[in-house]
Amino acid sequence: MTLTAPAFTKSIDARGMACPGPLLALIGAIRQGQVGDEYEVISSDAGSRTDIPAWLAKAKHELVAVVEGDGFARFIVRKAH
Amino acid sequence: MDDLDATLSLVLFSGTDDRLSAAAVLAVGAAAMGRPVNVFLQYYAVDAFRADRIVADHGLAPEATAAQRAIVATHPGQHWSELFRQAKDLGDVRVHACALSMEMFGLKQGDLDPLVDDVEGVAAFMSDATAGPITFI
Repeated sequence: MTLTAPAFTKSIDARGMACPGPLLALIGAIRQGQVGDEYEVISSDAGSRTDIPAWLAKAKHELVAVVEGDGFARFIVRKAH
Repeated sequence: MDDLDATLSLVLFSGTDDRLSAAAVLAVGAAAMGRPVNVFLQYYAVDAFRADRIVADHGLAPEATAAQRAIVATHPGQHWSELFRQAKDLGDVRVHACALSMEMFGLKQGDLDPLVDDVEGVAAFMSDATAGPITFI
């Protein structure tokens, strides 16, 4: 195991999924997870850029980082409660 | 009540797949954001929720051009019935079939998909629709 490997509880590759699919996939994962779990969502859906932060703010979970890629974005999320 | 938490009331009239998909996206979005969703099925939307043909091809709205029809047909989104199912799983989403429309088409609740919670009249729908906007699709 390398030290650079990200320790995500779950990585969700939602590329190709239409809005609001990536958000729904994230919600499903968070609902089944434990407090403190970290998730990575990779989405090519432009709606995710607004939807995932909006839902996290409403549901009071943490958006750790957004990393822009080529034609997609990676959202790093922590289940806060 | 916080306006952000107001009930979303959707009146579904059209039974075409594109309009039902647009409605389902609104419903699942509202449910994800914690808003109650109150859906009233009238006319052709009731027929689209028939258990024996809910996933059949219900066509597209008349304004769809030939080029747009081809685009919609190949889009990778989930079926609207699946989005409604997820909306109900996520939050407080109730789907009511209009009693008048049911009678018009000779339908009983048993003819409809289990997504439909009950058959009710317009006054009952309105009594649940006081806390937010009503959107007609």
